[in-house]
Amino acid sequence: MLQSIFTINENVKIAKDVMKINLSGDTSHITKSGQFVNIKIDGLFLRRPISVCDVEGNILTLIYKIVGEGTEKMANMPEGTKLDILTGLGNGYDLSLSGDKPLLVGGGVGVPPMYYLCRLLVKEGKKPSVILGFNSKDDVFYEEEFKKLSGDVRVATADGSYGIKGFVTDALEAIDYTHFYSCGPEPMLKALSDKTITSGQLSFEERMGCGFGACMGCSCKTKYGNKRICKDGPVLIKEEIIW
Amino acid sequence: MVNTKVSLCSLELDNPIIPASGTFGFGYEFAEIYDINVLGSFSFKGTTLEPRFGNPTPRIAECTSGMINSVGLQNPGVDKVISEELPKLKKCFNKKVIANVGGFSLEEYTTVCEKLDKEEQVGILEVNISCPNVHNGGMSFGTDPQMAYKVTKAVKDVCKKPVIIKLSPNVTDIVSIAKACEDAGADGISLINTLLGMRINLKTKKPVIANKMGGFSGSAIFPVAVRMVYQVYDAVKIPVVGMGGVTSAKDVIEMMLAGATAVQVGAANLIDPMACKTIIEDLPLEMEKYGIKSLNDIIGGAH
Repeated sequence: MLQSIFTINENVKIAKDVMKINLSGDTSHITKSGQFVNIKIDGLFLRRPISVCDVEGNILTLIYKIVGEGTEKMANMPEGTKLDILTGLGNGYDLSLSGDKPLLVGGGVGVPPMYYLCRLLVKEGKKPSVILGFNSKDDVFYEEEFKKLSGDVRVATADGSYGIKGFVTDALEAIDYTHFYSCGPEPMLKALSDKTITSGQLSFEERMGCGFGACMGCSCKTKYGNKRICKDGPVLIKEEIIW
Repeated sequence: MVNTKVSLCSLELDNPIIPASGTFGFGYEFAEIYDINVLGSFSFKGTTLEPRFGNPTPRIAECTSGMINSVGLQNPGVDKVISEELPKLKKCFNKKVIANVGGFSLEEYTTVCEKLDKEEQVGILEVNISCPNVHNGGMSFGTDPQMAYKVTKAVKDVCKKPVIIKLSPNVTDIVSIAKACEDAGADGISLINTLLGMRINLKTKKPVIANKMGGFSGSAIFPVAVRMVYQVYDAVKIPVVGMGGVTSAKDVIEMMLAGATAVQVGAANLIDPMACKTIIEDLPLEMEKYGIKSLNDIIGGAH
């Protein structure tokens, strides 16, 4: 974990209520995909945890949805704004379990962490298949970015206004995969866990106090004992999850 | 050179800064980012007899200048704390720690305290009779002077080390509770624990916290804490440990002027993991600014 100051290079809208923010700073503590950062926002007490979408050199990319006071304030921050950020939080995805043909499934704001993961897997010579799930056509983002990394990118929308009609689980057909990675709303993770035939890693969300394992605010029960989503997670292995 | 040393119940502290129980775990998360030996001491995660998961989630809520938590004393149980946590803590903290103890019956308090009292690393026992998160027991000990007396007496009978009783602010007369603890032999009083609070989500129209209510902490509660420390200092002869919303070296000085011998820092650790280190580094400068040569001289100075 590192507490340091980042500077906003760009903060732009990429879909309905979805913003992409690009920041410069010390990214050395972000060691895995699936980790998150915790951002201090002026006027708010608790930091706001946001998953890492990409890291390259000293550039950090995050994608966030405007859902409340914190993200609203963030969306209005201009270029050059300095932000106090805790980086290197969470266990992240374990790439060693991927096999040759990993399946990546992201739903809504669960899509961003799949990007850095996908990039790292491709770098290792793996052939990932990607499923991105959204509610509607207006919510879709990053399809093109994923297509640059993978030859098998499927988009599903719940209302059928774009891509495959239905949920991410409706897009699973005929994909041959060795392991799966996912991030998204809990009902999606549950459905995916039920329908997948291999082991996998699922990233969870919970209201956090500190984000680095001190307050026990975000604990959950697993088959391997109590875990803190922020420190022992957010990524859990399919076999340990108690639904 | 200013002097930041204070003496708390026979424990000599390099400075009065003590991370509060429940906001510092067993120290290692913080030891990753700074040498926690700069602390005066620290009060570790509230420990009970049996392992506890605590309350259902969500158990954290944002507030203006504060937060609500309803963690509910999640901890691995006293035996594991002794066999696993304390040896790990020893590797990153070479001073005496304050063992924070929670309980749901007199027997639980005495059993846990007796076990921790024997641990060499433990310098002081801090008995939490005030956690507002727990449905049965916890609350009643801290809100009734007779029960506070009973638990203090019971713990004192089995412990050789100094015992500090941590009080709940959710009472009509804090002074009577503090006096009852002193009468029962307490070596010190620490206060305030969190204030009972609640938030409601306007979208779902339901409480944010699964357990509906929780403990409100953070800078918003600082004036309440200063007031209660001031009142209790007036009423008892034993040392008072002040806490509640402390976020800066200035706050530490104010709390000591109110009557605190040492000062605990809680919620601030969660939003700024370097908070205690920063406060310790800022203290000498703030002391000079206000013409304070020794912190020991200002305890209760506002009276």
